[in-house]
Amino acid sequence: MTHRPRLVVGVAVTLLVIVAGIVAIGAFDPWGMGSYVQRKLAALGQASSDVSASPSASAPSPAGAKDIAGDPPHAELVTPAGSASGARAVFRPPSESQIPIGEFGDVIRRGRDIFVDTGRAAPAFVGNSLRCVNCHLDAGRLAGSSPLWAAFVSYPAYRSKTKSVSTFQQRLQGCFEYSMNGKAPPAGAPELVALESYAYWLATGATVDPKLPGRGYPALPAPAQRSDYMRGEQVYASNCAFCHGADGAGQRSADGVAVFPPLWGPESFNWGAGMGRINNAAAFIKANMPLGMGGTLTDQQAWDVSLYMNSHERPQDPRYSASVQNTRAAFHDTEESMYGREVAGKVLGATGAPRPFKPSTETGR
Amino acid sequence: MRLGRSLSWVALGIVVSTNVHADGAAIAQQGAGSAVACQSCHGVAGEGIAAAGFPRLAGMGASYLQRQLEAFAEGTRSNAVMMPIAKALSAADRKAVASYYAAMPFGGDAAMPAAAALRDAKAPSGTASAAAAPAPSVGVTLATRGRWSDTLPACEQCHGPGGRGVGADFPPLVGQSAAYLAAQLTAFKSKARPAGPLNLMGIVAQKLSDADVQEVANYYAALPAGGAR
Repeated sequence: MTHRPRLVVGVAVTLLVIVAGIVAIGAFDPWGMGSYVQRKLAALGQASSDVSASPSASAPSPAGAKDIAGDPPHAELVTPAGSASGARAVFRPPSESQIPIGEFGDVIRRGRDIFVDTGRAAPAFVGNSLRCVNCHLDAGRLAGSSPLWAAFVSYPAYRSKTKSVSTFQQRLQGCFEYSMNGKAPPAGAPELVALESYAYWLATGATVDPKLPGRGYPALPAPAQRSDYMRGEQVYASNCAFCHGADGAGQRSADGVAVFPPLWGPESFNWGAGMGRINNAAAFIKANMPLGMGGTLTDQQAWDVSLYMNSHERPQDPRYSASVQNTRAAFHDTEESMYGREVAGKVLGATGAPRPFKPSTETGR
Repeated sequence: MRLGRSLSWVALGIVVSTNVHADGAAIAQQGAGSAVACQSCHGVAGEGIAAAGFPRLAGMGASYLQRQLEAFAEGTRSNAVMMPIAKALSAADRKAVASYYAAMPFGGDAAMPAAAALRDAKAPSGTASAAAAPAPSVGVTLATRGRWSDTLPACEQCHGPGGRGVGADFPPLVGQSAAYLAAQLTAFKSKARPAGPLNLMGIVAQKLSDADVQEVANYYAALPAGGAR
């Protein structure tokens, strides 16, 4: 976009490589959950014990959302950006007609069905109106939209979110718990086996490599101006509301199918989901929204509208403990999360303990 | 007292007269001024006349229909028959008749003999189970999966499962004739028809070849309107 002197580009590329190296060695996490401050400090060569410097969780800022996010700039890689690595061709998953015939093929297809129609295909574990495919476009195939094939070859991996090494199935369990505001299928559950089989099959021919081009959402450069709620509201009204609704609740077909996914509110992902992080959502939005028009919003618009989207109430974080401040301190101590912050006189997430899980009954709700 | 009473008659008269002109049913059935009755081309049940390329109106979203009438009236959507009709209607008339057709039952095959016949003709190849099916046709792929190598979303990602429409702004595709659908996609592509909000259809249509247009139009024209998901 902007033309910079070669020296600057060279330095930037070097820094990128260093950061990517650190990420790969230490704190790799596809959603960037919780590791943002750690990684940033590591990149700056500081000890990660200084982490607590950032916004005080016990005293959420009383200011409006306007003043909140974006200071200091969002410098992290959401994941190694596919678009930035022109040297390597982006992996292409096999075409669906190549799914094998037989029992294994049946399980792969079942995984695909769960992926694209999650509430119907795995109702016991889904508590909202979302589907995997809402955030992983083209049935988990699309580069730059957190494709399944790139995730599959990135596990097992250490995740700062869980502070442990997770397998791919354990990572999927997290999706159900947070993004689907549901219940994690037990280890080895047919739903997880099906999803894993589908991901494995999509990754046919890919190299085991957590830095595969196309993985995650291409990281967005830090915004020129601090992300802003009011600007985000305008971006939303002119680019998003037509499909997702002015109230963020999405839109259903007459027969009750959630066609445009709810972005906030009771039918959306909960506060523990990766998409609840401003940097993650900004990266997704920039690359993929409006649907079929990825890359048309400016970086600033993507940051602003991400902040706006994530400044609304949504289901409680299932890790909630004692109070919103406590929970913020434990799991949201980053400027990328609005959880526990005050917006329009209300503290986000101050909705008490999580509600008991209720299986999805998408139609008729 | 007397003055009050006559004033209230005047008020009632105003209400009645504005209602008369914004009565969607009356416009649809009898026309208004120089605008002929909608049903003379779009059918008594708003089902359209597939063979003539006259589209179904029943069950289309109210905002969508109103936007089309406004576009015809302004001349931004070009159609020799519809432009003078839409111009002859007041803004209130256009709104009323859009609401009237939006509220009409969408209907099933009974109202769509052409679609039913086309589907029956194709039934032998179309009713096989999904298992071990050969590679799906271009039409079904574009409708249900899109072509993401071109960043082209599936039709149903906005028009809903089965192309049955979503809300007031995303009209059903099922229940329209192949001729009408293909003509509209072609018009979007050539910019003869305004692309609508966010330029959504403009961007989509640019990514469709002429063969794609025909395939996807045929697919929706052959789909049952009230069928299962």
